Amino acid sequence: MRKPDSILPLVAEGLSFAAGGATILEDISLSIEAGGPTVIIGPNGAGKSVLLRLLHGLLAPSAGTVRDAGRREVPGPAQAMVFQRPVLLRRSALANVLYPLRLAGVPRAEREAKAREALALVGLAQMADRPARQLSGGEQQRLALARAAALGPELLFLDEPCASLDPAATRAVEEIVAALAARGTKIVMTTHDLGQARRLAGEIVFLHRGRIIERGEAPAFFASPATSEAKAFLTGELIW
Amino acid sequence: MNDLSAAFGTAVGMIAAGDAALAAIVLLSLRVSFTALAIAALVGLPLGALLAVARFPGRRAIIVALNALMGLPPVVAGLLVYLALSRSGPLGPLGLLFTPSAMIIAQALLITPILAALARQVLETMWEEYEEQLRSFGTGAARAVPTLLWDGRFALLTVLLAGFGRASAEVGAVMIVGGNIEGFTRVMTTAIALETSKGDLPLALALGMILMAIVVTVNALAQGARDTASRWAG
Repeated sequence: MRKPDSILPLVAEGLSFAAGGATILEDISLSIEAGGPTVIIGPNGAGKSVLLRLLHGLLAPSAGTVRDAGRREVPGPAQAMVFQRPVLLRRSALANVLYPLRLAGVPRAEREAKAREALALVGLAQMADRPARQLSGGEQQRLALARAAALGPELLFLDEPCASLDPAATRAVEEIVAALAARGTKIVMTTHDLGQARRLAGEIVFLHRGRIIERGEAPAFFASPATSEAKAFLTGELIW
Repeated sequence: MNDLSAAFGTAVGMIAAGDAALAAIVLLSLRVSFTALAIAALVGLPLGALLAVARFPGRRAIIVALNALMGLPPVVAGLLVYLALSRSGPLGPLGLLFTPSAMIIAQALLITPILAALARQVLETMWEEYEEQLRSFGTGAARAVPTLLWDGRFALLTVLLAGFGRASAEVGAVMIVGGNIEGFTRVMTTAIALETSKGDLPLALALGMILMAIVVTVNALAQGARDTASRWAG
């Protein structure tokens, strides 16, 4: 099943992260396997975004390790990340998608076709020549997804990709995420939107106060959470 | 008062007639300042971008030094270049003193710190926004420099115009290293200084008006650049 050069499973062991004297994550061990989207949920301040950045390699852990199954190159073309607020280059939409392709050494002749294919995937084929920063919020996030997907990463991190989007734009982003997952891209995302977690998740990682409290298949988790914290969180109580 | 209006009339006449001596002075001024700007941009902009993205020991000190050098008095820049190019100086054998090349060197020395310091400020703000995304792409500092220079192109145009304004308006440096030799190293600012002290007001006024026109044009270009920038930068 597993491709010989796959970076999955991505394994975190004993991961801790502290900044400015505050412990944000403590002793996280987690294995990211191929399969449906892994959705990390939990209250604000639980450490969801920090965990994503540690797994992606943007932050170095205070303790513990992140290893992948293959050659570790952090971050590398086998994985990509989309941020809550997309950071688009001050160039056209097409040039934004071309940028990581050029960086990854994709031959010039293949770049534009790949980039246009990625734009078409997110429904922005008509917007290729528009200045990226003139696009609407939802279009900008879709462009960020196209840019991340252009290299065909095996692993894609999404940090609250719909946090500042309206429902229509959220739906468009979710459809793209589902399409990428169906194509075999492993999705690891955070969200504070439980409805989104229900719609997209293959498995749930429930994070609370810097620790993994519960982890399981999404249907089972939502039907009968095992811990009192998860129960409280799902019923909308404030937990801390 | 009559003298003044007569001088003004003569000045307008000289500009309208395309006076050859006047044109030579204006063209030399533009050639010197634009060449100095090009050299300063080649050094100053990448330096500013590197200071914006790289973290290394001594970076803080370089930034402080550049900011201080932004206020380098033109006569001091002129004096330094004079000492270097004078017959007994380290670059004396090149024979550049009192040539347009010396003036270009002096103005480039004067505005390189300005371009580097302003570019650093502009691009550091951009880097704060870009850093995480570019690191996610696997962009190293060396690769981030051209990326920032390109994405900051409109803001940097304003930086360039600031440098050009400084170079074209200064008189002290070109006076010292150029010598204000008629037909060879005489530029607008040195000519204005000389003609005014000689009492030849028409030429000084004509040059003053052209210098003002150039400054206004440069500022109009700067405004246009900012408008384009806001369209792309959103």
